[in-house]
Order: sequence, then C-alpha cells, then structure tokens
Amino acid sequence: MARDVFEPGIVPGRLEPQAYGEGFSDLHPPLDEHEALVAADRCYFCHDAPCMTACPTDIDIPLFIRQIATGTPDAAAKTILSQNILGGMCARVCPTETLCEEVCVREVAEGKPVLIGQLQRYATDHLQQQGKHPFERAAATGKRIAVVGAGPAGLSCAHRLAMLGHDVEIIDARPKPGGLNEYGIAAYKTPNGFAQAEVDWLMQIGGISFRHEVAVGRDVTLEELKTDYDAVFLGMGLVGVNALGAEGEDKAGVANAVDFISELRQTGDMSKLPIGRDVVVIGGGMTAVDAAVQAKLLGALNVTLVYRRGRDRMNASVFEQDLAASKGVRIVTHAVPIAVHGNGSVREIEFEYVDEGMKGTGERLRLQADQVFKAIGQTLMGEGLPELDGRKIKVDGTGRTSLDRVWAGGDCASGGDDLTVTAVAEGRDAAMDIHTTLMGAAG
Amino acid sequence: MADLRSDFIGIKSPNPFWLASAPPTDKEYNVRRAYEAGWGGVVWKTLGMEGPPVVNVNGPRYGAIYGADRRLLGLNNIELITDRPLEVNLREMKAVKRDYPDRALIASIMVPCEEEAWKAILPHVEETGADGIELNFGCPHGMAERGMGSAVGQVPEYIEMVTRWCKMYTRMPVIVKLTPNITNVLYPAEAAKRGGADAVSLINTINSITSVDLDLFSPEPMIDGKGTHGGYCGPAVKPIALNMVAEIARNPETHGLPISGIGGVTTWRDAAEFLALGAGNVQVCTAAMTYGFKVVQEMISGLSEYMDEKGMTSVDEIVGRAVPNVTDWNQLNLNYVAKAKIDQDLCISCGRCFAACEDTSHQAIAMSEDRTFTVIDEECVACNLCVNVCPVEDCISMEPLAAGATDLRTGKTVTPDYANWTTHPNNPSAKAVAVEPAE
Repeated sequence: MARDVFEPGIVPGRLEPQAYGEGFSDLHPPLDEHEALVAADRCYFCHDAPCMTACPTDIDIPLFIRQIATGTPDAAAKTILSQNILGGMCARVCPTETLCEEVCVREVAEGKPVLIGQLQRYATDHLQQQGKHPFERAAATGKRIAVVGAGPAGLSCAHRLAMLGHDVEIIDARPKPGGLNEYGIAAYKTPNGFAQAEVDWLMQIGGISFRHEVAVGRDVTLEELKTDYDAVFLGMGLVGVNALGAEGEDKAGVANAVDFISELRQTGDMSKLPIGRDVVVIGGGMTAVDAAVQAKLLGALNVTLVYRRGRDRMNASVFEQDLAASKGVRIVTHAVPIAVHGNGSVREIEFEYVDEGMKGTGERLRLQADQVFKAIGQTLMGEGLPELDGRKIKVDGTGRTSLDRVWAGGDCASGGDDLTVTAVAEGRDAAMDIHTTLMGAAG
Repeated sequence: MADLRSDFIGIKSPNPFWLASAPPTDKEYNVRRAYEAGWGGVVWKTLGMEGPPVVNVNGPRYGAIYGADRRLLGLNNIELITDRPLEVNLREMKAVKRDYPDRALIASIMVPCEEEAWKAILPHVEETGADGIELNFGCPHGMAERGMGSAVGQVPEYIEMVTRWCKMYTRMPVIVKLTPNITNVLYPAEAAKRGGADAVSLINTINSITSVDLDLFSPEPMIDGKGTHGGYCGPAVKPIALNMVAEIARNPETHGLPISGIGGVTTWRDAAEFLALGAGNVQVCTAAMTYGFKVVQEMISGLSEYMDEKGMTSVDEIVGRAVPNVTDWNQLNLNYVAKAKIDQDLCISCGRCFAACEDTSHQAIAMSEDRTFTVIDEECVACNLCVNVCPVEDCISMEPLAAGATDLRTGKTVTPDYANWTTHPNNPSAKAVAVEPAE
C-alpha cells in the first residue's frame, strides 16, 4: 500500500506500484512502421536543408527520411550513424524543437515540423535492434589513443578513432560507460537500458577497451597518459556542482540535482527511492527540468522549479518547460535563493525576487521544502589540465588544446552548448584531427 | 445550386456523373447504393453472351501505385467482364431501372465479333428498359486474347462493323467505348462515327504492369508467381484521357460527336476539365473504388458551386469551352514571353525550385545566404518546372511580360504581335518571314 502523499519528509513509495511504470515510460513512444511512413512522407527533401544545417552533427536528414520512406530504414540508420554514432540517443534526448525541427520548413509553414527526431529513432532502432553494426575498422595503424570519459564526446571520439584503425582505451571514473547518457538524463527519455545497449552496440566496431573507475588526477595523471599513448582526448565532462551561495545550504535535504538523477537512473525499483513531499529545484536548464519532473513522477506533492531569470532565458526549451508544467511542476521565475531555513534539515527555502537586471527587489518568497535540488550548473574539475578559456578547457575548432597531442571535447571544452549532440560532433571532429595529425606524422 | 441535369444523346440523368462499367456496377446491390448516394447514371458491368460466364482469377485482381501518404494514384486490374450469368444481370438491371426511372442505366456489352452474337443479345438488353448500350471495345486483358475488347477496338474496320450491327438491331443509343492502347485515337473514333455510333466514351484502361515483386521477380498483381498486363486507370491516367478526348473533339471528322469522358476523374474539377475539352458527361470508377460512392457528393457540390460562380445555368455551357484553345504546337505564339515569379510571403524556403532549376534546367534561380530564392530574369525561360515542384500552391507563378517590355534573357522587346513557328526564320519550311522574329 502506498504511503499517504501528504506524509512530510523524504520517504519512498509515495505512489501505488504501477504508477512508477507509467510515469517513467517512454516520453515519446516509438513510431511503428505505418506511423514512420506517414511521417516520412511529409518531408519535402529540401535543397541544402535547414534541418541539416541546424544539426550539430550535420546528419543528412532529407536523405535518411527518404530512405525510410522508400522502405530502407537500415540505410537511413547508416546515413545517421555515419555522422553521429550516438544517433539513437540523440534521437531521444536532442531538443529537436530548438534544432532540426525548429527550422523544418513545415514548422515554418504550418507549425508542424516533420517528426525528425522520432524518425531518426525509428531508423536507428530498426538497425540496432537487429544487432547490426554497419561500420568496419580500417587496417590497424598501430597507434594507441587514450580517451578520458565514456560519455557522448568520448564514445564518439573513440568509435571514430577505432573505425580509422587506431586502438583506443577509454578511461572513466564511473563503474559504467555512457556518461550523462547513463547517469545524467531523465529516465523517461531513455528507458529500458538503452544507454548501455547503445554502448554495447557501439563497441562492436572493435579496438576499444575500457578502464572503469579510473579518474584522471586521482588514479592517473595526464602526463602519464601522454607518455603511454600517442594522443589523448579529454571528454570527462563537468563533475563539480555550483553552490547556491545561500545561507544554510549545507542543511540535510539539500542535494545536487545531478546526484539525484544519477541515483534515480541506477535504481532498479523507483518505489524504493525516497522523495520529499515539498520539493524545490533551483535552476533553469535541462537538468533542473529533468529533476523536477522526476521528483513529481516519484510522487512529490509539490514541486517548484525556481529560476533567477525569465522563462525566455531558461536553457530548458519551451517544450521542456511545457512538459514540466504538464506534469504539475510550478515554475517560479526571477527569484534567487538567499537562505535555507530549518533545524538540521531543510524546512523552508527563502528567495528574493529580482528584476531583469538581477537586482534585488526586496520582495521575498518562502517555499515549504523538505528537499532542495541544486541545478545551477556544473564545473570542470581536475589538475594539470591544458589551458582554460574561462572555466573550460580552451580548444580550437578541431578540439586541439594548448598541450601537444591532447585534444578535448564535450562539456569540459570551450564552445558548444552542453548538448549530447554537440559533444558527439566534437568527439568525432577531434578524432578526425587526431587521425590526420598522427598519420601525417607517420607519413 | 446550379441545375446539373444532363441530357447525353437523349439519355437523361440528374447530373453528369455516371459510374463507369467496372466492378462497382457489377450487381444490383451496388447499383442501388450508387443511385442512393447520388450518382446520375450507371454503366452496368460488361455483359457477355449467354451460357457459362467467364471466370476470374482467384488471387489479386488489382495493383496500385501510390503518392505520398499512400494516396492511390493509379490502379490496374486484370478482372474480366461480369462473371455472373447473363440472365441474372438482366433481371437485376430491369428491377433497378424500374425503381430508379430518373437515373441513366446503360448496358455495357462484349460478345464475339459475329453478327449473330450481337443480334442475339440486344433484344434481351432492350427488354430491361436500359437507356442505352456501350460497346466494350477497350478491355485490354483477358478478353482481348479471345478476340474481343481491345482486340476489336484496335481495328477500326471491326469497330465500324459492330457499331453498324448494333444500330441495325436496336433502337437504343449506341456508345462506343474506345481503347487508348492504339497509336492514334482518331482512327477508332472516326470508325465508330462511320458505323453510326451515337457517342464514343473514352478512355478504357491502359496496358500496364504496376510493379514488380523484387523477391519473387513477378509482375504485380501476382498470381502464383506470374503476372500479366492489366488495365491502368485512376488519377495518373487523366492527362492521357484528356488529350484523347480533346483530339476527338477538335478533329474535323469527329467534331460534334458526343463524348463520354472517362479516365481518372476524381474530383468535380477533373470532371469540369473533361467537359471543357468536349465531353458531354463523365464516367467515374477509381475514385469510387478508392473512397466509396459518397465521393459523388463532392463532385455535385463542387461543379454546382463552380457553375454558380461562373453564372452558368446548364452543364452544356461548360462542354467544349476549351476545345477552340487546343491547338498544334506550331500554332503557339512564340512572341509570348513569361517569367517565373516567387511570392516571398508564401515561400517556405524549401529550395526545391532551386535544386530543380540549378541541377536540371536553366540556372535561373538564385539562393541567398538566408535562403531567399529569387528568379534571375536573364536566365529564366519560363519552363514552369519551379512551379511544378513547389510544394506551396500559387507561391511561384508565371507572369507574362507586357508588350514593350524587354526580355532580359534575349534582350529583345516583347511585341504584341502573334508569330508562330510556321513563319519563324529558323524554320526551313517557313511560309513567310516574320517582321519581328521571336528567338
């Protein structure tokens, strides 16, 4: 029997057992064949298509949709995967409403874009569910490359390098590969163990090995990697979490949203996961929305997402904001936390409203809270890193860092917009540059 | 609501929309429902001679091609004439005609090319009260192998002979249904007229293979691993039918011969186009087979609205209106100059016009950094391909240049004078030299 939803504190099992399965099921159920054909028929096969330009990985979208429409979804998958080896995950997590689908001419003309993301998933699922891997390794080059981080950037880089004939070792601090795909994305976006299945599928290329639970800086230094390998790619992401800077933020019940999501993603039984009755999430990005929605899905009675600026400034797309609202999350804007109240554990969190210039208005807001999730950004951690550009590793257009034979990409590198798809593009492009550099040197 | 009543060779019907002789008109049940749905007339599925009826295949009879979203564009069939006994069909026709005296009922007939066979069947048909007969000289499959259908329709002398027999042995009006599977439709049409036909109807279906099964390597529709050519119909054949109708309508030998237009009529607009090119009424099959009998309601309301807008009070006012404008290529005005124009407000920037023009035509469309597409008048020959590939209706139009304007492609001034190929200096057999030759 489920607990009373009104029960205060951070407790598990707030909902009836079946409610968890329903809540955490696929956000966008996969298209069946008929739906895919109907959706594919809507594509105009535009010249120099805007969708393709908008895709950070430059997938030839009109071509893959035409391949679906003509009954060759596996060929469509190869078109996608040749540009974006994590095309399956990107089909699930990309904010398509702000990328390809936003500029689809049918969105412009009718307000109804071609369902590019869902078609991409249809094609990649079709291929991957058969266990087929459409790429082959080139002849061995004898080069060995260390890839730090098994997230989207690292996996993308590793696959491309392996395909080009290099031997790759991926070093990752976590027990499982996948990075944020495995630990940092809402469960309903990638259910049924897809993140691991995709890594297993990707590994079929061969030539890639893993060293799990090895952290650079703790277990191995960048210097050692440079000595042991021909090149190093840094794609370790951002593992530090920004602090609120509010009085009392060390009280029990205040946690990092990324840790909450990570724990949730690794839980086999959602009903055993404790959640507060009154949850407050602070932040305005995808992580904030993922945490807020999942808190609601776990049975929190009141979930409030508080962001310091207006909704138009939120990194979470309008679609994500609407998703949160539809799940019952209240969104409060123009408020910054100033104090966490409570005796040991959080009881209330106090905000001050600010104007567009982030200047305090003097108006206060106190929200009842037994759990607070911080989602105001992550930071780069590490020693002996290449030169930084602000708070990230400085890279050029092909991922080169200030250090010889060291490249970087993904969230830890400068540029980009902290999206899975951007990380994939950066990993891929760095791999191509590593290849050119190493083979050029050899020749 | 406009008066849609139709009088086609003395056969009256409340509207000019008849169902063609085909599977939808094979039996009483269907025909009654068709009349209830609003169809003005029905050409009953082709009757054969007395005795054991033909048999059909027991596998697929139809094959299809599709447009986007699986919209049926073309249908082919290998079905034969009615496979029900003659007496059953005659009995049902009589009952239906008795109950729907205001609707047209035509009997389609196909019997061997022997005078006795035609002489024998006609009194039976007459006895049903049918308003007329249609001679099926068009069926391109199965029956043709037995010397009937298009095997007759491809030999003008046979057409003339059989038509004459029919006129001799029945008082009913005779419509001769023509096959498009010939080189020049005028020969069979003229033969029908010489034989005394009251009208021709066209087109019957076109020999076709719709597709090939790439696993079995069999044509579709496939019967036990094999396929045969079938009769093609539906929206895809409309342009072929329109041309054949127009050719008969403007040919001096056949001009004025009533025509029942058939071939891909799917909407009221298609019907109006057939009428404008000289058809006195239209027959429909594939649209009904695709969407059911109810489609006639849109045809009725659409044609009526069009006539009201045009101030027309009779269907006959549309008939033949476009015929004087059907001409030979050598009569086209070579001094007429148009240029494509893109409406930037309607343009959705898909770039298909650019791809088509740049890759396959005249490199006459420019594309800017921000995906604005504009016509380069210096290059545009007004071929219309951009209009045809544009997914947005009326976004690209062909704008004629006014007399006195300069065609930036040729540098010549547009003249108001008419000049065609027959007088063009590049024509070795030109009869006269034009004063201001077009390019």
